[in-house]
Amino acid sequence: MAWEISSERSVYLQLVDIIRQKIMSGEYQPGQRMASVRELAADAAVNPNTMQRALAELERQGLLYTQRTSGRFVSEDKGLIAGLRLSGAKQRAKEFYCEMIQMGLSAEEVRQLLNQAITEAEKE
Amino acid sequence: MNEERYVVECRGLSKKYKNSMALKQVDLKLERGKIIGLVGPNGSGKTTLIKLLNGLLVPTAGEVLINGTAPGPETKARVSYLPDNNYLSNWMTITQMIDFYGDFYADFHKEKAYAMLESLGLNAKQKFKTMSKGMKEKVQLVLVMSREADLYCLDEPIAGVDPAARDYILRTIISNYAEGATVLISTHLIAEVEKVLDEVVFIRGGEVIRHAEVEEIREKYDRSVDALFREEFKC
Repeated sequence: MAWEISSERSVYLQLVDIIRQKIMSGEYQPGQRMASVRELAADAAVNPNTMQRALAELERQGLLYTQRTSGRFVSEDKGLIAGLRLSGAKQRAKEFYCEMIQMGLSAEEVRQLLNQAITEAEKE
Repeated sequence: MNEERYVVECRGLSKKYKNSMALKQVDLKLERGKIIGLVGPNGSGKTTLIKLLNGLLVPTAGEVLINGTAPGPETKARVSYLPDNNYLSNWMTITQMIDFYGDFYADFHKEKAYAMLESLGLNAKQKFKTMSKGMKEKVQLVLVMSREADLYCLDEPIAGVDPAARDYILRTIISNYAEGATVLISTHLIAEVEKVLDEVVFIRGGEVIRHAEVEEIREKYDRSVDALFREEFKC
């Protein structure tokens, strides 16, 4: 997942989101050592203090932890990460469903559409 | 490392050239450990302010302090300055220039300079005479960022390079400034740099009209610093 950051919204919030996504998707593996603040900031082309703040927030949420001498790591709590992934996915599914209803579809139509989409996606 | 909170303090700082006031009564404090954008249209006083910080100009009124002292040999040893023009001697090679900087500044790290050159794809044996404008700017940036200063004053560091190289330059700055130092970047290309900034200083007609945290601008006004700048500066 690329660092696509808009300068119109809080960069801090976007960073928290993107890093959380990277952990959920497994791009950052449980227990993996994180790059330094500077490296991450350079990679994302953002301010290092803002990156530091985002990492601190993710630590507060338990997704990252710091070992005093050896650096910062991704949480090894796979249950926590899986739970987060599931709740994120649920949220997205709900949003998708509401959007479809707003477009005028019935619940049954949404179900059919989704089944169709799954079949088509699996063929590809 | 100095313990004071502010690396730069300007009090009632004014600079008058023959018939025009380039800076008018500027009060400005820059904190340590921040990356700060100095933005304004052409002729707004950005370069004048930076030259005052570096002791290349003398104030007409008011004062400017670096680490609590007026610009002089002591402050120049702690400030790394990237001018907005090319100052490299054509007959020199990059290696010779690195040696020159190493002799001049006690806080210059040669290994760091060579590592940066490599990552920017520059050949140390090349003479400046044979380099493009963009390459020379990169070399100047390498020289400036290889020092372990308290303050880096970068006057238009990305103006002369192509858009693809701009990100590279910004990354070089982020990766290499000394821990706890402040980086002052003057530019008229706000959109390109705003994501790396902590704070922004808007300057117009020699006056500081806004000094704010960039995240605060995004949260409070729901827009980019670039958009706010365009609004405040529209003629």
